[in-house]
Amino acid sequence: MRAMVYRGPYRVRVEEKEIPRIEHPNDAIVRVTKAAICGSDLHLYHGMIPDTRVGMTFGHEFIGVVETVGSSVQNLQAGDRVMVPFNIFCGSCFFCSRQLYGNCHNVNANATAVGGIYGYSHTAGGFDGGQAEFVRVPFADVGPSKIPDWMDEEDAVMLTDACPTGYFGAELGDIKEGDVVVVFGAGPVGLFAAKSAWLMGAGRVIVVDHLDYRLEKAVSFAHAEIINFTQVDDIIVYLKKITDGLGADVCIDAVGAEADGAFFQHVTSTKLKMQGGSPVALNWAIDSVRKAGIISVVGAYGPLFSAIKFGDAFNKGLTIRTNQCSVKRHWPRLFEHVKNGILKPSDIVSHRIPLEHIAEGYHIFSAKLDNCIKPILIN
Amino acid sequence: MPYTSEKPPLARSSEELRAAIPGWGVDLDPKDRPAVPKENFTRDTGAHWDFPERQPEEWPRERSIEHKMLTPVFGTSCPPKGFSGAIRKYAYSGFSEGQTAHWMLLMAADRIDVLESSVGSLLHGKPDNPITETGILSELKAHPIRSRIGQHRADLKHQPLDPVIVAAPWLLMGGAAYMLVKSLRSRSRDESPYRLTDR
Repeated sequence: MRAMVYRGPYRVRVEEKEIPRIEHPNDAIVRVTKAAICGSDLHLYHGMIPDTRVGMTFGHEFIGVVETVGSSVQNLQAGDRVMVPFNIFCGSCFFCSRQLYGNCHNVNANATAVGGIYGYSHTAGGFDGGQAEFVRVPFADVGPSKIPDWMDEEDAVMLTDACPTGYFGAELGDIKEGDVVVVFGAGPVGLFAAKSAWLMGAGRVIVVDHLDYRLEKAVSFAHAEIINFTQVDDIIVYLKKITDGLGADVCIDAVGAEADGAFFQHVTSTKLKMQGGSPVALNWAIDSVRKAGIISVVGAYGPLFSAIKFGDAFNKGLTIRTNQCSVKRHWPRLFEHVKNGILKPSDIVSHRIPLEHIAEGYHIFSAKLDNCIKPILIN
Repeated sequence: MPYTSEKPPLARSSEELRAAIPGWGVDLDPKDRPAVPKENFTRDTGAHWDFPERQPEEWPRERSIEHKMLTPVFGTSCPPKGFSGAIRKYAYSGFSEGQTAHWMLLMAADRIDVLESSVGSLLHGKPDNPITETGILSELKAHPIRSRIGQHRADLKHQPLDPVIVAAPWLLMGGAAYMLVKSLRSRSRDESPYRLTDR
């Protein structure tokens, strides 16, 4: 089969690989029909996540058709069109039984702090991902769902990670009616977080980024107020000023490990790999939220330490809430929103790229060329 | 204003927001939010086991020493190989996830893996091609100037470092090859029976 493989920082290529096989009785093999490149794939692409091995196939956002199933699979059969959450999870461990599927303890041999994620280094379990023609899907009775007939395929792809993760970011903010919500990052997750903040009754939603074209999308897609942080002297002072000195009630970090805005932080993490991530957005969130406010972190960070301003968080009495989104938990509600027309996740898709051109897709997405927001791969 | 007890007023009331923004407030009630409460016990996950059947272990699978056992299911992509693989095995067997050394060793192994794999790929007749693998040619059709100039972008300050990171493995290999050749030549000169010696 044809599959994307990682060759080293900033380098990927498409190679011929063996079609994955059933390795466990509850596995399924899925023929991928559509996949996406996630912003967090760029952390792997840039060589930031420990134990990212040359030869691995990335891709944790994908949909497809079941090709074969293992002997114990009851809920799926060959030919079913399925959407697969980015989490790999068993459905029965301590965490899964509490619906914390992103924290499953039975699928990641390499780390206890991380659940299982398709195509996301060995730190997330060493599973190949869906940027390929075929992919092994463990626990086929637990993870995947059949795609409803009424659902658009690109909406389905967006529902495997970006959309639920953004919604979850707003949920972690425990938003109350009239809250002022600041979202750092106008990438896919930030756009969905901003949109979801309104669903939860926010009184104001402000999106901060440095890419004008993404901020324009935050206006058209998420009805947000926008700030390009390069155009203000001091983003913290500016946010305090526009919130009458109080600060935001809720700040959402939808950027994660490669945040821009402080050269030293960015270079020491993204380029020199000396931090688990550049915590610029998180530090801005800590400093711009009001005392006793809530910070939600859905931007991904690596397992190494990061230079976070914890003293400010402590002195301000902040609540910092984080996690990998447990995608499947969110599907019933998000399916309703999509069906009712409240959410149209595929509206953020900006590029459609054949798998054979994936190296170009990664470069365009990484270098933020051609107004790229969300690239989808077409098999 | 934080100096008095009242919260600053909003520009738009809830009614105005509901009228202006599709779906405003549909999930205002925390009961409508799927991840509330955070921990919500269920057995309705699709799992028909208390503990999953075990996947066969086809080679000694490296695992975190914080795990009590090998997980019943695990990934089988890219088994550890070569010198980088030995470092990875050492990082897993010797250090917990709480140790910085664990992660630094894995990062070092990643860098060595790139060098080993580049050489291996060359020997297998599938050499790496930095031009196609970096996707740099997409610049030609992705509006490279318009995307960067006049856009207030913060990342332009460090983008020039990217080619250095891409070129680093080749520079390191080239440097090592040069040093090796230089050292061999110097040794062969030292051992030459025809070399003039000081008298």
